[in-house]
Amino acid sequence: MIPARFDYVAPTTVDEAVRALADAGEDGKVIAGGQSLLPVLRMRLAAPTKLVDIGRIPELRAIREDGDAIVIGAMATHYEVQRDPLVREHAALITAATDTVADPQVRHRGTFGGSIAHADPAGDLLAPALAMDAEMVVAGMDGRRTVPAAEYFVDFFTTAMTPAELLVEVRLPKYTGWRAHYEKFNRVAQSWSMVAVAAMVRTDGGTIAEARIGLTNMASVPVRARAVEDALVGQAATAENIKAAAANAANGTSPTSDGNADGEYRSHLARVLTGRALTAAIG
Amino acid sequence: MRITVGVDGTRYTDDVEPRMLLVHYLRERLGKTGTVVGCDTSNCGACTVHLDGHSVKSCSVLAVQADGSEVTTIEGLARDGRMHPVQQAFRDNHALQCGFCTPGMIMQAIDLLADDPDPDDNAVRHGLEGNLCRCTGYQNIVRAVRDAASKMAPGAGPAAEQVAEPTLDPASRSSDADISAPAPSHTGGGS
Amino acid sequence: MTATAEPEVGKARLRKEDERLVTGRTRWTDNITLPGMLHLAVLRSPLAHARIAEIDTSAAREMPGVIAVFTAKDLDPAREIGLPCAWPVTPDMKHPRRPVLAADKVNFAGEGVAVVAARSAAEAQDALEAIDVEYEDLPVVLDMEAALAEGTTVIHEDLGTNENAVWVFDSGEAGTGGDVQQAITDAEVTVTRRFRQQRLVPAFMEPRATVVDPTGPQLTVWSSTQIPHILRVMTALTLGLPEHKLRVIAPDVGGGFGGKIGVLPEELMTLLVARKLGKPVKWNESRSDCMATAHHGRDQIQDITITATRDGTITGLKVDLLADMGAYLGVVAPGVPLLGAFMFNAIYKIPSYRFACTNVFTNKTITDAYRGAGRPEATFAIERIMDELAVELDMDPLALREKNWIKHEEFPYTTVAGLTYDSGNYEAATERAKQLFDYDGLRREQEARRASNDPVQLGIGISTYTEMCGLAPSRVLGSLAYGAGGWEHAAIRMLPTGKVEVVTGSSAHGQGHETAWSQIVADQLGVPFEDIEVLHGDTQFSPRGMDTYGSRSLTVGGTALVLAAHRVLDKAKPVAAHLLECAVDDIEFAGGKFAVKGTDKSVGIQDVALAVFAAHDLPDGYEANLDSDATFDPDNFSYPHGTHLCATEVDTETGRVSIRSYVCVDDVGKVVNPLIVEGQVHGGLAQGIAQALYEEAVHDESGTLTSGTFADYHLPSAADLPTFVTDRTETPSTTNPLGVKGVGEAGTIASTPAVVNAIVDALRHMGVADVEMPCSPMRVWQAIQGGAR
Repeated sequence: MIPARFDYVAPTTVDEAVRALADAGEDGKVIAGGQSLLPVLRMRLAAPTKLVDIGRIPELRAIREDGDAIVIGAMATHYEVQRDPLVREHAALITAATDTVADPQVRHRGTFGGSIAHADPAGDLLAPALAMDAEMVVAGMDGRRTVPAAEYFVDFFTTAMTPAELLVEVRLPKYTGWRAHYEKFNRVAQSWSMVAVAAMVRTDGGTIAEARIGLTNMASVPVRARAVEDALVGQAATAENIKAAAANAANGTSPTSDGNADGEYRSHLARVLTGRALTAAIG
Repeated sequence: MRITVGVDGTRYTDDVEPRMLLVHYLRERLGKTGTVVGCDTSNCGACTVHLDGHSVKSCSVLAVQADGSEVTTIEGLARDGRMHPVQQAFRDNHALQCGFCTPGMIMQAIDLLADDPDPDDNAVRHGLEGNLCRCTGYQNIVRAVRDAASKMAPGAGPAAEQVAEPTLDPASRSSDADISAPAPSHTGGGS
Repeated sequence: MTATAEPEVGKARLRKEDERLVTGRTRWTDNITLPGMLHLAVLRSPLAHARIAEIDTSAAREMPGVIAVFTAKDLDPAREIGLPCAWPVTPDMKHPRRPVLAADKVNFAGEGVAVVAARSAAEAQDALEAIDVEYEDLPVVLDMEAALAEGTTVIHEDLGTNENAVWVFDSGEAGTGGDVQQAITDAEVTVTRRFRQQRLVPAFMEPRATVVDPTGPQLTVWSSTQIPHILRVMTALTLGLPEHKLRVIAPDVGGGFGGKIGVLPEELMTLLVARKLGKPVKWNESRSDCMATAHHGRDQIQDITITATRDGTITGLKVDLLADMGAYLGVVAPGVPLLGAFMFNAIYKIPSYRFACTNVFTNKTITDAYRGAGRPEATFAIERIMDELAVELDMDPLALREKNWIKHEEFPYTTVAGLTYDSGNYEAATERAKQLFDYDGLRREQEARRASNDPVQLGIGISTYTEMCGLAPSRVLGSLAYGAGGWEHAAIRMLPTGKVEVVTGSSAHGQGHETAWSQIVADQLGVPFEDIEVLHGDTQFSPRGMDTYGSRSLTVGGTALVLAAHRVLDKAKPVAAHLLECAVDDIEFAGGKFAVKGTDKSVGIQDVALAVFAAHDLPDGYEANLDSDATFDPDNFSYPHGTHLCATEVDTETGRVSIRSYVCVDDVGKVVNPLIVEGQVHGGLAQGIAQALYEEAVHDESGTLTSGTFADYHLPSAADLPTFVTDRTETPSTTNPLGVKGVGEAGTIASTPAVVNAIVDALRHMGVADVEMPCSPMRVWQAIQGGAR
């Protein structure tokens, strides 16, 4: 299958890209790694008339340390994120989740920012970003603004960005010394998550000092399992305590139903996988 | 749009529609029909090639995105009439039946071995999870990749150097191509 | 080659095919490009059942690059063309006309309504979006039982019913056994179950494609097909074309698994458009089109009853099937259940048997043969219910099987379904499988896990199967109303330089014929393996053939090769005698040499070939030609068998199943190339396991295929399958001179019930008696919840 015709520009700066998007209006579309977009265009499920390729903007590729944050450029590929020592040290949950994204070929091309901006609730990087209180740095004609993860994801495939805005980078607070695990559950290795749990924990001796948990595909947007987090804080890191806390994992979620999993099963999985993610994280 | 792409050691310059997929550029413009299309959702991996040293699904890359890049396809692996060790291992281990998935499978296997020169069965299976085969049940593919790994290990013989993709061999240039400048060589899977 | 050379048959020869396949020097249909070639794109109905009120193609005709747009009105104005069905299973079978393009009404989502020919594939696709079709919705018929109910919407109004055919076999009436109704009345133990064979997608990796060139003396059709010969005949008959003006070529074909045995509307429309426009035309499909329109497989509901005495002796078997044909009939679709009808009794001595099958039309993609075709369904049902019977009788499931199976000394054995199994040794295969599997050790571990209430439970699944393959004796096919014979043809050409061309009517698409056929001929003629070229898949040089399906190539086509080789030798002998100046009777042939008995005088077959080519010095009246051909028509099927053992671990918290170990010991008779045999088994296992665990073609309530891409239809990757342990026993077939049985479908037939039996076995103590396929984590988890309630 072949996409419908479109115009193509490949700006080399963020300013040019933003201008190109503004010019294109509603019918413009950013192409980052293209790993989600190109199949959609091939199937002609969407037909933007102008693609703005941000793959030739060097600034967007960098992963850097900035004070208390790790900053991942929107065009850093999954492959680069997976192997980045800064990410591994200070944002281990991102490393763990990125390891599970799609397959090696897609990880070579697909980008961190592309996945975030695509806002597929089954995508594996949304829940970690939410759990970590990531901040999305967004550029528009009026300059840049920062959107907290909790406000960035609005609905299925919908973010707080306007069509004329571009995700430039994602700032992740450092969680140095936290232990993290991403527990993914899918039908076959290459399919999307039915449910996944992004968990990170800071322990103090044998006690859980802090916990942050994000759930993948338990609503139209990633959700925090706050009831579980609250139940864990101050508790000894025992199997019983984890299990008791994990029983709250589906609270406040609104999972969809499909052929692979109905809502009841998704909720059940969220509870089981939260327990497993925490157990694996604590080690 | 005008693009210049190095493919299997030859540089080509062409005008293409922005919507043209890299795989269609390879197949229809350059006659690189060894690379095939098996799906439209980027699941099957049959179209896998190396783009600047990394495996990608060429159905999910626009030809214009490959402008200025180096591409290696299944047709660019053999050197001096000798198959790449991974190609040889696929044959030696009966790792193919109909052979349609094979070019993509081999290109991904080479990438996998560049990242992990001595993978166990599980690592091979996960390293190939983006490639579908309907004939073999994968067992002989796994065997072939591990066989190739053992033959490509340091000291395993001259074949080992072929982890790197071929440098330009003037004899392998196609006569009708626009050979404006030699394309630089690059290593498979290196960043 | 000398007389003492090791035979080629039996050697693990590396495949001749591979060198071009691993280097990308391949010739897929989609690679073919001809000057001025046009590209076809098909507009497909998004609705499963609707009237077509109007089709407006005017805007599409004006699109850039568009040469022509056709609807049914243009391609078949007289409404004469109907796609063929070659298996009218009953005299009163209902056969709706399937048009090349829908004219008034669409009957499944994906049916073609218009076709664009344009200068590029992209432009053809663009133009589809400019065609405007006005549909009027009709009620959708999806469920087979609902389709048969009184007052239901009838899909093909002219037929007056959604019932395609009812086919019955009754051992009492056939005289092959007793009356099953009596057995049920008298039974000490009766077990009844309903099993569903979900709809599957064959999912060959190469999407289908066709190129038609109308220039030149013949119409040339390249197609990604398993059946170039049958396609030629059927196309000629369907379109009323003279057969000699058609040349069909199957170039490199990327898998089939039964999925490419069709005569496609797309093949015919490509041909019709090419003829109309006088230009070469290519059609190639996207994967999503392929998923929606290439025929599906399985889709049966099986009601099965087995009766036995308290001591575990089976007394009767009754099967009632519903088989979903989809919206129309595939080429052999109505007969697919019949291929299972003879296999429900499997390897067991069952005194009475009745099978009844009702084929049903629904508003779905057509079904037809998919790897195993009828036999996997039968094997699944009998092997599942054997486990259920074992539970009922409180017997070990292997012991129950052993008590009832045909003992090796009882062959040949005529079954209750009327087939005569020529050979087999179920004891030997089972014994070997048990050793490799550590059956007793795993049973102990299972006990321990149950006792400790381990969240991961272990189950053991058994499948002792046989199949009828080597399709097929023409007389048997005739008695079942199949539209063709089951012979196969081969020809051998001796070239002047001593090289050999072998032409086979069996058209390979991944099976390795070029290699295996070379091995057979090398032994027969004593020429080097490397000196043989195997040609197939082009009706111009291979006019006679019945193609490749039903594990038939080696048993039928391989035997034809042997017969043709014998004829070459018969022709060569007088020349050899002439050259050696001896009597023909004094010549003996071995290792490629004709020798004078009791002397060291000899002449090689290559020298004979050169002498015949030169023709300077031949016996008086000798016709200077060694080339020979032969046709083989078997008088019986062949019956591979084996024992498959599967251990699954079931995570009872999530329902996820993983295969801990899989052992199979298959008996496929004599083996020509063990490498190829092992590969066929592996691939078959993968497909059978995928049916058990992963795959299902799902339609929503509107009849839309919701698993219509590889993102939604769960084909397993390498990461989803285990490493198999395979071994063989070897009981030669007596129905062909090679002693071979066929291996293409064995793995698929055997493995599905082994996996599901293992899952149920793991959960039996939790109250689970069945899990519907595919055994997805949700279904397994739900079964556990249901069992616990």
